[in-house]
Amino acid sequence: MADTETVSFPQDRTCPYHPPAEYRPQNDGQKPLSPARLFDGRRVWLVTGHAEARALLVDRRLSADRENPEFPVFTERVARSTKRRIELIGVDDPEHNAQRRMLIPSFSVKRTAALRPRIQETVDRLLDAMIEQGPPTDLVSAFALPVPSMVICALLGVPYADHDFFESQSRRLLRGPGAADVEAARAALDEYFRTLIERKRSDRGEGLLDELITQQLDTGAISRDELVQLAEILLVAGHETTANMISLGTFTLLQHPDQLDRLRTSEDLMPAAVEELLRFLSIADGISRVATEDIEVGGVTIRAGEGVVLSTSVINRDEAAYPSPDELDLGRPSRHHVAFGFGVHQCLGQNLARAELEIALRTLFDRLPELRLAAPVDEIPFKPGDTIQGMLELPVAW
Amino acid sequence: MRISIDRDVCIGAGQCALTAPKIFTQDDDGFSELLPGHEEDADDPMAKQAARVCPVQAITVE
Repeated sequence: MADTETVSFPQDRTCPYHPPAEYRPQNDGQKPLSPARLFDGRRVWLVTGHAEARALLVDRRLSADRENPEFPVFTERVARSTKRRIELIGVDDPEHNAQRRMLIPSFSVKRTAALRPRIQETVDRLLDAMIEQGPPTDLVSAFALPVPSMVICALLGVPYADHDFFESQSRRLLRGPGAADVEAARAALDEYFRTLIERKRSDRGEGLLDELITQQLDTGAISRDELVQLAEILLVAGHETTANMISLGTFTLLQHPDQLDRLRTSEDLMPAAVEELLRFLSIADGISRVATEDIEVGGVTIRAGEGVVLSTSVINRDEAAYPSPDELDLGRPSRHHVAFGFGVHQCLGQNLARAELEIALRTLFDRLPELRLAAPVDEIPFKPGDTIQGMLELPVAW
Repeated sequence: MRISIDRDVCIGAGQCALTAPKIFTQDDDGFSELLPGHEEDADDPMAKQAARVCPVQAITVE
């Protein structure tokens, strides 16, 4: 197949909640894997089939090792920045398993349920402030970003007073624009957490980081650099993703008033609605892996050393898994989506994210029943395709 | 018909406890556990659903 016929990845969405049309299997119908090309012309396999994605994400012959030179990279800014080990999300078992096991108890269904009152309080306080200030407002900066940012700070034991710093560094880390931004953001976050961990070593507080210092760092189970990186990953993953789900989820519900009415009139619908929004929006669209051995899947052979990119947005719209997949249907059973990934690397914070989304969306629409967009739909900016999807701004009134 | 959990494989995602809370729970370390008396609930559709959503396929229902 000539390069001109392969789809390029990533691409910007044309509608903030639909996958780019070209990601979908073209012409020859239902092919679950097809060749795609990255920004530098490198060819990878683009996975779009739901069954194939689930099979591949549990296959140990696919590696998440970011240090592997063949690991697919989506942007020039990341390709040009220094390669380094990325703990937890960018290492394979057994190292990954040992790190994950340290963190699992803090993210269980029970521990997350215990955080609900605190999440509710955070949501209430932010909405109080928003209402007092009056419309119009930018929902991203007034609500969608501060909710998860405050919650992850409380969970980790990071001072929320530092949020301007770490939110802007996270933005640089994930969106550049240049390789220098990525490098500078890493260095700034490294320095921040080295200092915070030093401070906590002599003055322990109440957070997951404090627990990890006592149980893992002081016992020599992990190094300081490892803890610094784990803290960064938890902080960045803990606020950027959920913030995007809140902003894009709100936008999507406002664009589907029939579904929003359903949600308002049925108290019990919220957990299913959150799953359906996770499926429909698939904000982390593009999971990368590299094959360490040949793998036969979906009628093709992935060769050792080839890159594999899983488009969660298209996988979650596979008709074989979801009838009428392009319809938002808040009542449908959606939980088998891969919006949080699948396999050993499936999102550690998924239960926290679910709790935050349920509480944030329910309270937002309860308190502001007249919530509406305060700008023409096509003028509201959303994120480019090479990063986590979501709204850049969300002007609203009520 | 029994439900079994491979706890060496479990990664504590909690999908089973969330999907079928009457059958599964998580222990204090976050790992999946069957609620007492539910080992034989393999016919329950929720048990099958829990096995389906488990990201590491640690649950066997047979």
